[in-house]
Amino acid sequence: MDVLALIMVCPVAAALAALIPSNRWRPWILPAAAVVHLTLVAVILLGGGVTAKVPGAPTTGSISVATTMAALPHTGASSAAKAATHDSRGLGLSDWLGLDPPGRVVLLLASVLFVACSFYTVGYLRDHMDHLNRLFCVCFLAFLGAMTLVICTNNLGLMWVAMEATTLSSAPLIYFKHTKNSIEATWKYLLLCSVGIALALLGSFFVAYAAIVHGLTPSLRIADLLRQAPAMDKRWLEAGFVLLLVGYGTKMGLAPMHSWLPDAHGESPSPVSAMFSGALISTAFLMVVRSQHILHVAGDGAYASRLLILLGLLSMAFAAVFMVGQKDLKRMLAYSSVEHMGILALGLGIGGIALLGAMLHVLTNGFTKGSLFLSVGNIDRAYGSKTIPEVRGAVRRLPLSGMVFLLGFLAITGSPPFGPFISELIILYGTFMAGHFLIAAAFLALLLIIFIGMGRTVLTATQGSVPVAGRRSHFRDGILSGVPVLACFLIVLLLGLYIPPPVWGLLHHAAHYLEVKP
Amino acid sequence: MIMILNAILVLVILINLFALGTSRMKALIHAAALQGVLLGLLPPLVVKDVGTLPLLMAVMTILLKGIVIPNMLLKALRDAQVKREVEPLIGFMPSILLGAVATAIALALAGHLAPPHSPLGLLVIPTSISMLCTGFLLLTTRVKAVTQVIGFLLLENGIFVFGLLLLSAIPYLVELGVLLDLFVGIFVISIIIHHINRAFASQDTRRLSSLKG
Repeated sequence: MDVLALIMVCPVAAALAALIPSNRWRPWILPAAAVVHLTLVAVILLGGGVTAKVPGAPTTGSISVATTMAALPHTGASSAAKAATHDSRGLGLSDWLGLDPPGRVVLLLASVLFVACSFYTVGYLRDHMDHLNRLFCVCFLAFLGAMTLVICTNNLGLMWVAMEATTLSSAPLIYFKHTKNSIEATWKYLLLCSVGIALALLGSFFVAYAAIVHGLTPSLRIADLLRQAPAMDKRWLEAGFVLLLVGYGTKMGLAPMHSWLPDAHGESPSPVSAMFSGALISTAFLMVVRSQHILHVAGDGAYASRLLILLGLLSMAFAAVFMVGQKDLKRMLAYSSVEHMGILALGLGIGGIALLGAMLHVLTNGFTKGSLFLSVGNIDRAYGSKTIPEVRGAVRRLPLSGMVFLLGFLAITGSPPFGPFISELIILYGTFMAGHFLIAAAFLALLLIIFIGMGRTVLTATQGSVPVAGRRSHFRDGILSGVPVLACFLIVLLLGLYIPPPVWGLLHHAAHYLEVKP
Repeated sequence: MIMILNAILVLVILINLFALGTSRMKALIHAAALQGVLLGLLPPLVVKDVGTLPLLMAVMTILLKGIVIPNMLLKALRDAQVKREVEPLIGFMPSILLGAVATAIALALAGHLAPPHSPLGLLVIPTSISMLCTGFLLLTTRVKAVTQVIGFLLLENGIFVFGLLLLSAIPYLVELGVLLDLFVGIFVISIIIHHINRAFASQDTRRLSSLKG
């Protein structure tokens, strides 16, 4: 029932936001709803026995990665698979709602990130008092609500409905600034994602139809699909997976379906970009994870793996090409998101320990992207621009945001001692362990190209002296604009130095649940 | 029953071909509306015991796909004062030919695609594929925003037809959710079209090309 309460938080808060008449006070409903959301998520995650002792959970993350990786195959998490499969066949809530272990990871990310973004948004909207923000607040909350529903439901059909709802509720967010560029970005986002997601619906139907072909009772419930998967028709299942991968891959920003992503991330207000890049595309990744899981259980995992690895490397290559010489800071970060979605797809495709790395990477990438987009948001507000010749000397102009942006760049490109270093290292280790030496080499080479390409842009933006035009605005790092940036960054640092045992527990459960066939 | 079902599906395929061949956007919207009404008749034909839920589905489908959505699109058309699609990337005759070839291939493969004992006959899957192809052709080769939206609508219709095979498996909540998403989606899209029109003084999506690299 906690899950039901969690899903109800956002619609209720959105209704309240619609009713509050004051443009000045309305945005405060966002942090209020965010804190309630996070509290419920904490209750669910801690109460659901997820903290359950993972034997050999390390106390020092970065040092004992190797031990953990060695311990993975032994860590028992048998309750995880059971927890996700409700047996009740009735029409109750359990027929619709249920949290699988990978969903818990994404839920934690989305909820924590939304808390940071909501406080930031209050400050952001205060700077844009000339815009009416009712639609923005309602849509932002509806967006979180739809994402929560995608994560918390166990029915492939309802997941689709909620996923399309995330597209529709977030379109007005991109369009907040009402410029020509934002219209273009919104149009591309709406059309590409709607069409992409339509294919995912067809894919869901194909997967269900794969049961009919062999005379089984069709169903869209994940638990039923996993139970029947080994007996289903392989061809329809594979066709269904391809459509699901293309559909949800579009939403996730995998190349070559990524073309909406740089536009949408670049043109929307920064807290929205942070939620897109941290939480939304991770939720889409969760859908790809669930699709792959069905195929894996059906005994066809190798087929899925090949496709995932191919799309993963392709995404990294696309990102590398477009990141070199990128002048627009937000578009650069957007391509970095394409890259990291590629890394996630790669980790999922390789499987084994890389899967654990991918689960950790969902968190580390999400929080790093949050801190980067929010700090670029501050830079954008201070300089009145987000492109290179105008933005220079950001560290001097905005000591906190500029520094977090610089350090966040080091983090996202996989430098120690930050979180993404650990997760990328685990994925790389898993790739070597699985014997894919060429893939590992390509992975490393692409990371290096991206590091150099991104480094040039970031160093130009942060170092040097501030141009005169950049000093004009009175914007400084304040509490509402600075603390969320710092908080996200500290989480990234924490994940690099010490991963709390409950979080390790979550990740292990997720990886174990996806590996073991029920 | 199966006779009526097949007759409707054939009509639906003919509407697809008409949609590919016409340049008049009003006619295109009317065709999509007619297709929506025909699709709405299908759920009660397919289920064995016609209860309130299949009827509700039928009514909702006819209402949204046949009346509400086409009216929204007609309004977008009136606002923009456009009557015809211009310079499609693939001409109207070649489009019809492509659509016909795709339909023919799908029909030829019908025997392989459906299970031999299918109670719904062999036409459902080929019709669905034909509609998907039509939708994609309109989406990718036409430049006016409204035409692209109709392409999206036909694509969704194709998925709807495939869904007939799974009517027992897909809960009505999901069916209604899909319809609602489609309705809200086209509502939001038509608002954006309105803004495109105001900002660019045109509905030509080729003008939306300043974001690059």
